[in-house]
Formats: sequence, structure tokens, C-alpha cells
Amino acid sequence: MTQYIDINRNDASRRDWQHLLHLDALLLLGLICASIFGLFILYSASGQSDAVLNRQLIRLGIAFATMAIAAQFQPQWLLRWTPWLYGIGIILLILVLVFGDIGKGAQRWLNLGFIRFQPSEMMKLAVPMMVAWYFSDKRLPPRGSRLLIAGLLIAIPVMLIARQPDLGTSLLIACAGFFVLFLAGLSWRLLIGLTAIAAAGAPVLWHFMHEYQRQRVLTFLHPEKDPLGTGYHIIQSKIAIGSGGSFGKGWLNGTQAHLEFLPESSTDFIFAVLGEEFGLAGILLLLAIYAFIIIRSMYIATQAQDTYSRLLGGSLGLTFFIYIFVNTGMVTGLLPVVGLPLPLVSYGGTSMVTLMAGFGILMSIQTHRKLLPT
Amino acid sequence: MPNRVTIKDYLFESHLFMRRAVVALIFSGLLLVALISRLVFLQVFAHERFSTLSDDNRIKIQPLAPNRGLIFDRNGVILAENLPSYRLEITPELVKDLDTVLNNLSQIITLKDIDRKRFHKLRKQTPSFKPIPLRFHLSDQEVAQFAVDRHRFPGVDIVAGLSRHYPQGSLGVHALGYVGRLDERDLLKIDTSNYSGTTHIGKTGIEKTYENTLHGTTGYSHIETNAEGRILRTLKRIPPVPGNDIHLTIDAKLQGKVEEVFGQTAGAAVALNPNTGEILAFASLPIYDPNLFVNGIDIETYQQLQNDDKQPLFNRALRGQYPPGSTIKPFVALGALERHSKTEHDSIFCPGYYQLPGKDRKYRDWKKTGHGTMSMVSAITQSCDVYFYDLANTMGIDQLHDYLSLFGFGKRSGIDISGEASGLLPSQAWKQKNRDQPWYPGETLITGIGQGFMLTTPIQLASATATLATFGQHIKPRIVIETQSADPKKAPAALTEGAKQIAINEYSHWQTIIHSMQNVVHGKRGTARRIGVNVSYTIAGKTGTAQVFGLKEEEKYDAETIAEKLRDHSLFIAFAPADNPQIAIAAIVENGGSGSAVAAPLVRKIIDFWLAPDS
Repeated sequence: MTQYIDINRNDASRRDWQHLLHLDALLLLGLICASIFGLFILYSASGQSDAVLNRQLIRLGIAFATMAIAAQFQPQWLLRWTPWLYGIGIILLILVLVFGDIGKGAQRWLNLGFIRFQPSEMMKLAVPMMVAWYFSDKRLPPRGSRLLIAGLLIAIPVMLIARQPDLGTSLLIACAGFFVLFLAGLSWRLLIGLTAIAAAGAPVLWHFMHEYQRQRVLTFLHPEKDPLGTGYHIIQSKIAIGSGGSFGKGWLNGTQAHLEFLPESSTDFIFAVLGEEFGLAGILLLLAIYAFIIIRSMYIATQAQDTYSRLLGGSLGLTFFIYIFVNTGMVTGLLPVVGLPLPLVSYGGTSMVTLMAGFGILMSIQTHRKLLPT
Repeated sequence: MPNRVTIKDYLFESHLFMRRAVVALIFSGLLLVALISRLVFLQVFAHERFSTLSDDNRIKIQPLAPNRGLIFDRNGVILAENLPSYRLEITPELVKDLDTVLNNLSQIITLKDIDRKRFHKLRKQTPSFKPIPLRFHLSDQEVAQFAVDRHRFPGVDIVAGLSRHYPQGSLGVHALGYVGRLDERDLLKIDTSNYSGTTHIGKTGIEKTYENTLHGTTGYSHIETNAEGRILRTLKRIPPVPGNDIHLTIDAKLQGKVEEVFGQTAGAAVALNPNTGEILAFASLPIYDPNLFVNGIDIETYQQLQNDDKQPLFNRALRGQYPPGSTIKPFVALGALERHSKTEHDSIFCPGYYQLPGKDRKYRDWKKTGHGTMSMVSAITQSCDVYFYDLANTMGIDQLHDYLSLFGFGKRSGIDISGEASGLLPSQAWKQKNRDQPWYPGETLITGIGQGFMLTTPIQLASATATLATFGQHIKPRIVIETQSADPKKAPAALTEGAKQIAINEYSHWQTIIHSMQNVVHGKRGTARRIGVNVSYTIAGKTGTAQVFGLKEEEKYDAETIAEKLRDHSLFIAFAPADNPQIAIAAIVENGGSGSAVAAPLVRKIIDFWLAPDS
């Protein structure tokens, strides 16, 4: 039996504003810095559109509010509701496949009459929560059938989302689930074996890919083959970043974005605008802010005192890194084009709200009372 | 929360998590290092290349074609000008589906097969970011229609430009020439960088000879465009330098008169001021409209011109080579006086034929009954062939050749229109070299009356006549007075060409010849006496009739029975007033018959117009 020690009474830090509001000052600072920097970049990328800036401000407001609300739920509370959340998410995903609205050639949206809702967004949180929930009372590291069950908990939503098709989100969710497995202590032997199987399975995956997805991979490998067609995005974004040089062309002076050579400059390719206008220096600054957020997230996870919080918190931090790496890798030509936004910078709302809810959970983990003295 | 309570090794799990978190962070850090390496490569090492690519994206260099210089006649009458016209251009790189766009365009704008063909041909030679013309000279209606539908056609533009126009139509077309679209052959000859914005180039005549003067220097503008190719602003502009205007020596009114008196007759006439070498009229007949060629002539019209029996496209004044016939006689006679101790009083008897000593063959005079006793003056006046057979025989071919060449026979006159033919002045050496045959004395005889091998061009004959009129002052004829820069600071280029003076033995010899030529027109028995009446000034002239094909010894020439194409050419050379020549002229009427009957009256009208326009 674990012995509870009431630390609320004597610990002075318990009474500071962070614990009262259940917010983590350092994480919040990082997020606000990234958002403000992001607003500057977006203002330029949108062609100095006040309307875009206002809408993004509203979204950020909603996202930060969501974060603050999520931070109020105690981890134990989240733990109790996790299976319900996951179950509802699976049902909604099935409903999407049956009744969903079609947007941009994929079924992702569920129209609930008053609101259009993307269940796959919810699963970005629900999947790592579910796997962490599953491991919360198990002895770690997990072995045998437990791994298999955890694997299924990840695979089912991933398959459903891949069917929509939304390869980007499904891969991201697979990563989030996998990070829980990894942090829980998945054996290295198994890890290497799985990697080998994945490599061998790539041709099979190719077979199941949609034509546009195959095209993206081909374009990634040889963008110069079709400079005005599918390779155009990546060529233009490389030109934008490369022409920015060390210190950039200056804010609002990027020609690639403003003269419309760079497609999707406000959304998925906004990183190229940053590179063009602020140069390598600006990119390093943004990456430093991101790194700060990730390190703080991982620190919070290591300080957590129960398995559920630890695994969930660690997964959220690493998933945030994946977001950044996939987007920047795509824009710089290191990775194939996958439609993922750059967190807190790209124009767009839905994924930002989910992301900030995740940071809310991290803050909750950090600021709710702990079992042991820290 | 699961109900079952599991004993967990808290410390072990905490350390396991810590280890895994550190591994994950290290792994993330490695990926971040890879990303930053990539960025350093793009932004530091490849920065210059991408910078260039970025500028290439947005900065386009647009050539600014200079305005072509205008061409005026000697009195400032405009002969070639530039009129505004609208053309439709397509920039292929901005058009996704060219065939569809062409089909849609053809619904609002007339597109002929040749328009499409030319477009596709040009497309292969032009970088895809450069606009390619599809149609020229859009009608106002087409321009308006396209303006309405413009949004449907990205990459298609209407460009206002200037198009060459010849307001006088066919007037002086063989001197003026015309411009046409640049083609592959032109591209090989020109400095393509200076023609990057130019669509037309001089193809013939003055337009071709003075291409460099007329064209000007192409300017450039560096423009910033967005991804759609729309021009946002001009970064730098080097304005084009317009071509220089050209003032011709031609008098448009006289030129028009020459063309009028010839009518539909095939032939040529060149009139010049003998004192300066300035060409006053330069006509080859029939004429055609140069405007037809400016923007591509259609095949049907072109074939009509090509297949016309009268060959309107052929520049007879410059390239037509004709036997001079009797018009050579004054020059031969002068040669005999100056270089061969003949005197004007030496006379011979003309029985209607001439025989070389010891030979049977009879060289016939045009007058079967003979002229009787002939002095040099009367031989020129009546154009006695026998007298000149004898003169030629006395002089020999090489002396004839040497003296006649002083007047420019057998050589290009050097007029500033390219493509001139040289004519032919035979000599023993020439025959040996070109025919690999010895010279026969009989050939000397017929050279003396301007037949046989000898060929002249109308410009050559006119220039020789002018030389005769000015007592041996041989001036290179010219058709351009001055080229005037559109930039007033630049002085007009002077075009003075030194005149050569033929060495004169006896001034009176020249006077005798000129007197004889006056007799041709004004004498009682002159071959051109019909034009010598009711004239307020004196004309010195000489008729000529050039055989198109040789008659056998006993064959009789009968104009009625001979096909028109084989009839004799009618020639007349003249200058007036005889004592103070203001105009020298050579005229040829192809297959016209005798010089006295056809060419002389035409020349009279032309000279009248020039010297006494009121009569």
C-alpha cells in the first residue's frame, strides 16, 4: 500500500499562483513566446492581412483557454475517464467513415448539427491516454500479451483514420501511442525487430497507398523531375529558405511568399517564410523556443509520480517534437510532403486546440498535488 | 481506475522512465542536429544559388524594342512609318493546357492555320517564359472581346505595338523594300541580343541595306513579377534608342510619275541628278504593295505575285540585265574619238550591211536599205549600225572594254541598295576565262551596237548617262541623303562620296557626242524626233532596241508574229537640259519594241514632269 503524505500543509510553493491556477509558468512562457513569434511570421506570410491575424488571435485565445481548462482536471480524474474518451472516440471515427463530410478529398469531419468536428483530433490525446491507462496498474516493462493489447489499442484508431484517408494524423497518433510503449520500457530487441518488420513492410504499405500519397513520396525523392507540378512546393520552399541566408531578407520582405511563388505559405509551408525573412538566426530562435517547450515537458513527465502521468506526459512532449520535425523536415526537403502544420505558427485552428489541451494536461500533471515530496 | 492493486517497483519504474526519456531526448536532439545541418546547408552553403533562383523567380528581363526609324523622300514625304497595332501574345510557361487555350481563343479571335503553325514553330525556338506572338493586327472588336474574357486566359496578353506601314503603298517599292518577320535565317545574321524585342527586320531594299541605321538599340527593363507572371513593378529600365530616320534622294512625286507613265508595262527607269549622283526616281515595273509582306503574306497572294508573267517582285532597276542596244553607241563613239584618233568627220558608206575583210558573213543594219554616207554625228542621230560595226572593228574589243568600263559598265554602280547585279562588259580575257573560247572579231562588231555578250542594268545605264552628261564626272549613285538620329544631339552622318573624273583628251569630243545626242531628239532625222517637239528645253538622248534573241543572218524580225516575251526591249537614255543637265535617265520597256516608239515618249513625260511640271 502506498502511504499518502499530505504535503499541502507545509509546502510554501503550494500556495503560489502556479498551483492555484494549475499553470506551469515556464511552459506557459515558452508557448506564449512561440505564439507571438508565430503571429509575426503569419502576419507577413498572409500578406499583412489583419483579418488573418485577428482570426488567428481568436484561435490562440480559444487554444490557451482550452489549455487552462484542461489543466484544472487532476490526473486521477483524467485516468478515470480515459477509457470512456477512447471508446467514444472509436465510435465517432466509425461514424465519420459512414456519415462523414468530405472535405479536400477525405472524410474527416463529423457534422453534429451545431458544430463540425474532427474525431481524429480527439484521438491524438485519447490514444496515448488509453495506452498509458492500460499500463498504469501493470508491472513495467510490459511484455507478451500486454504489448499485443497495447498494440491493438493503437492500431485500431490508426487504421480507422488512415482509411479516411488522413495519413499524416494517423502516423502522428501511431507515434503518440508508440512513445507510450517506448517510455514504458518496450524492449530494445523488440524495438529493433519491429523496425526491421516496418522496413520490410514498406513495399506492402506502398501497395495500400493512395495515388496522391505515392506521388508525394516520389516527389520527395525527385522534386526536380516535375518542377511545375508536384515538385513545385518543395522546390519553392527550398528556394525561400536558402535565399534567406543567415539573417534573412527582413520581416515583410520575403519575395517568395509575397509574390506567391511559395504555395501554402500561411499554413503548412510557413516555416519557409520564417527562413526567408529571418534567416538561419530566426529559425534557430524558433527551434530554441520549441526545444525549451519540449525539455520542460519532458522534465514535467519525469517529475510525475504515477505511471499514467509519466507515460502520458512524456508521450505528449515527444509528439510535439514529432510535429515540429515532420513539418520542418517536409519544408526543408528532408521528408516527404505530409500535410502537418507548424505548431503555434501555422494558420489554422483545430490541431492547435488539441495541442494546447495536451499542454494543459502536462500543466495539470505538474501542478496537482503529488504523492511524494519532490 | 482499475480496482486491482498491483505491487509496483516505484524506484525501478521511475529510473526506467528516466532512462527512456533521456534516450528519447538524445534521439530527438540528433534529429534536430540533422535538421539544423540541413538548414545550414540551405542557408549558408547554398545560399547564393538559392538567392539567384529566388531572383530568377521574380525578376524577368523584358526587352524594349526600339521604334524603327522612318523613311522620307527628299521633300519630307513619309514613305515608311510605324502605326499602332495590337497583337496577341502567349507566354507558354503560364499556360497549363495550350491546346485548350488555343481552342477557346479561336472562339473569340480569328486564328488561321498559318497563325497556329507559326506559333508552334516559334514555340520550339523560344524559352517558355518569353511571350510568343499568336496573332497580329487584331481588330478593335477582337481587342474588346478579349478584354471581356481576359480572366479566362492567364498567360495570354494583348500587346500594343507599332507596325511598319508604307502609306504610299506600292510607290517606290523596289527602292524602299519592306520589313518582314524575323525568321531563322535572319537570326543567324544579326546580333540576337539587340533584336530580343524586335519582331521585324528589313528584308529588301533600303529597309534591308539600312537595317542597322533604322533599327536602333534595344532597351531592357527588369521587372518584378509574381508567380502568375503578372508584372508588379519595374526595378530598372534602360530605355531603347530609337532607330535613325532616313531621308531619301527620291522624289516621291517624280517616282509616282514614272510609275504612272509605265502603267502596267514591265520595265524599269532610273532617274538621277547627274551633278550629285542623287537618285530621283528608281522604278521597276510592275510594282506591288509592300504592306502585304509586313506581317506575312498569305500563300495565295504570294503565288500570284510569283507566277505573274511580268514578275513584279523582280527588281529590274537593280538586278535586271539587258543588252544596252544602241544606247551604247554614244559611249563607243566617244571612246573612238578620245582614244583612237577617229574624228567626227570620218565618214563611211552604209549599204545596209557590214562585212569583215575576207569574210562572207553580212552583219546587217536595222535599216535594210542602208543609211548611205554617214558621219559620226549622223550615225548617232540615225543610229546607224554599220558605222558602229566599223568603229568597233577599228577599236578592238579590249579598247572598247577599257573605255566603256570608265563609265561603270560591267561593274556594280555601288548604289546603296543591296543585291545589285553587275552587268557584263565582255573582253578577250573575260571570254577566255568564262567560256574557255577565243574572242571572234564578229563578236566585237555586235558589242559595238550593244548586243552580244554585253549586259547592263538600268541603274548602271543611268549612271553612265549622268557621267556622259557631266563631261566624265563619275559619281557613285546614292539613294539616301542623310540619316537623321532621333536624338538631336547626334549630328547626321554625312554621305559624301568622292567623284571620279574620266581623263579628257579633247573637250570638243564630248561636245560632239552630246550634240549628236541632242540631234537624236531635236534633229530632223533623229530616231527620237517625235519627242522633240513642243519642248521648252533641249534633251540629249539615245534610243536603243535590244534583241531578246538572236536572228539568223537572213531572218526578218516581225513584231506581229513573235510572241510578246521574245519581242525586242525598248530602251532610251537621256539627260536634260542638254547644256545644263539637271536630270539623267535610263528607261527600259521590256518587249516594248523599238526605243524610239516606246521608251522615248515615256522618258519625255518624265523629264517634262521634272523640268517643266506646268506644261
